[in-house]
Amino acid sequence: MSGFTFSEKQEEEIAGILSKYPFKKSAMLPLLTLVQRAERVISPEAMVAIGQKLDCSPAYVQSVLSFYTMYHTEKVGKYMILFCINISCQLNGCDKLLEYAADKLDIKVGETTPDEKFTLHREECLADCTNAPMMRVNDTFYGNLTEQRIDQILDSLD
Amino acid sequence: MTQILFKNKDMKDLHTIKVYEEQGGYQSLKKAFDQEPDEIVAAVKASGLRGRGGAGFPTGLKWSFLAKDVFPRYLCCNADESEPGTCKDRELLLKNPHLLLEGMIVCSYACRIETGYIYMRGEFHDLSFIMDKAIEEAHAKGYLGKNIMGTGFNLEIYTHLGAGAYICGEESALLNSLEGGRGEPRMKPPFPAVEGLYAKPTVINNVETLCVVPYIVNEGAEKYAALGTEKSKGTKLVSVSGHVKKPGNYEVVMGTSTREIIYDLAGGIRDDNELKAFIPGGSSVPMLPADQVDVGYDYESLAAAGTMLGSGALIVIDNKANIVETTLRLISFYMHESCGKCTPCREGTRWLHQIVERILQHKGQLEYINKIEDICGNMAFKTFCPLADACVAPVMSSIKHFRSEYEEYFKNTPVGSV
Repeated sequence: MSGFTFSEKQEEEIAGILSKYPFKKSAMLPLLTLVQRAERVISPEAMVAIGQKLDCSPAYVQSVLSFYTMYHTEKVGKYMILFCINISCQLNGCDKLLEYAADKLDIKVGETTPDEKFTLHREECLADCTNAPMMRVNDTFYGNLTEQRIDQILDSLD
Repeated sequence: MTQILFKNKDMKDLHTIKVYEEQGGYQSLKKAFDQEPDEIVAAVKASGLRGRGGAGFPTGLKWSFLAKDVFPRYLCCNADESEPGTCKDRELLLKNPHLLLEGMIVCSYACRIETGYIYMRGEFHDLSFIMDKAIEEAHAKGYLGKNIMGTGFNLEIYTHLGAGAYICGEESALLNSLEGGRGEPRMKPPFPAVEGLYAKPTVINNVETLCVVPYIVNEGAEKYAALGTEKSKGTKLVSVSGHVKKPGNYEVVMGTSTREIIYDLAGGIRDDNELKAFIPGGSSVPMLPADQVDVGYDYESLAAAGTMLGSGALIVIDNKANIVETTLRLISFYMHESCGKCTPCREGTRWLHQIVERILQHKGQLEYINKIEDICGNMAFKTFCPLADACVAPVMSSIKHFRSEYEEYFKNTPVGSV
């Protein structure tokens, strides 16, 4: 019925996740994260599959995922750039740098490059304020940004 | 200066159990297990330790509120560090994960808890691996699992990642999120100590709070309570960011003057500009103007100055900054993070954003200030959780201390444009 299936390795991982909680539904965020990281998007089919794992409706799954900013119903790029724009970064000039990054990638903030390599998002405080201005590219935090450093970082990713 | 949490923080491989134990790590477990659980709760009470996440609630008291004889109970460590300006927990998790585990084990023993979760913000994905590794090491040593050190006490600790929602740092929202739902705050009472995770008694403590616990067990409550001021005991991690020469996390004894933190520890104002304002405890607390920089960095001194210690994020603003723009940025944050459950917060944050944005576009007029004050009055203390109050704090304090900067924008308003 569901057009989405978990791989064998994912099934193993899911079993491990489920064993952490006395109630299945607590595995909601971990499962959504698993799919988001593997697929870069959470499709309606994946919502059905997750719902089946956790004994809840796809609608419930969707209601939960729509609450959190790290889940996407449109595919994001291979590299997700979260550019912090909150107070400590703002005081350190992040606005100009964000503009610079968007110009460099030739996209607007919130968009993905046509080759699906980069997605650029504005992000609220990422808890690295002492290294402001900063951004997170996938799981890596990059602080003390300058235009040159943004060039170096983005050019080094393939 | 006394270093409790940041002692050895830059030591190589401190995150491994080997180095951590060489430095005296996990010594508090034996001391704790030799006592009755209630004795530890009493010691934490006597130490005067208060929650380091923002609210500053006495930790021992929180533990003692757990519903009697209701089991299972849960421990949730709040590692959803998202308060703008705050990055101290991240440093602890990154460099000293075993300190947190040790604190959680002692807390669980004291509160008769057998399951603990570390709720980390989703963006800390890489840190969750460090934490998972530390949990694995502690298991191998027999500090976690069944019958810990032959005491009959069982404990499992798991990491759990959020997925990007500031509100999940609010404890009841955190519980909803951990249960697999939308991170909307719950009505209180019942408080988590009575009905928390899965409607069972639950202790929720910030990372920094739990990291203090081993010291209290090892050195005694009196020694901890001897540090600091009358109502603020011990040390506090302060994340200093903004316009300072040496931004960073610093551990200070409670009651240290804010001037000392900004000018001595953080090296003073960058480019030798003048200090204009500072936000002492994260973006959710009122800002103070430069002339109050001698205020003691502790709960009661900051409260007397009309602000709060909050999460310990000291954001420093110099005289080149535009306070109205900075305030708009903060409103924009709260507007984005409002979960939308309570009308005053959902609508109020948006209205404030619209109004301040118009002011910045020179389309405002003096009565906008009254309108802002009116909206703020209808937001504060009228919602399930303090997010609305948090938005009001920077807005009202910026008007109180920097009203002239707002008024500057009304001077050139073209006639008929409003």
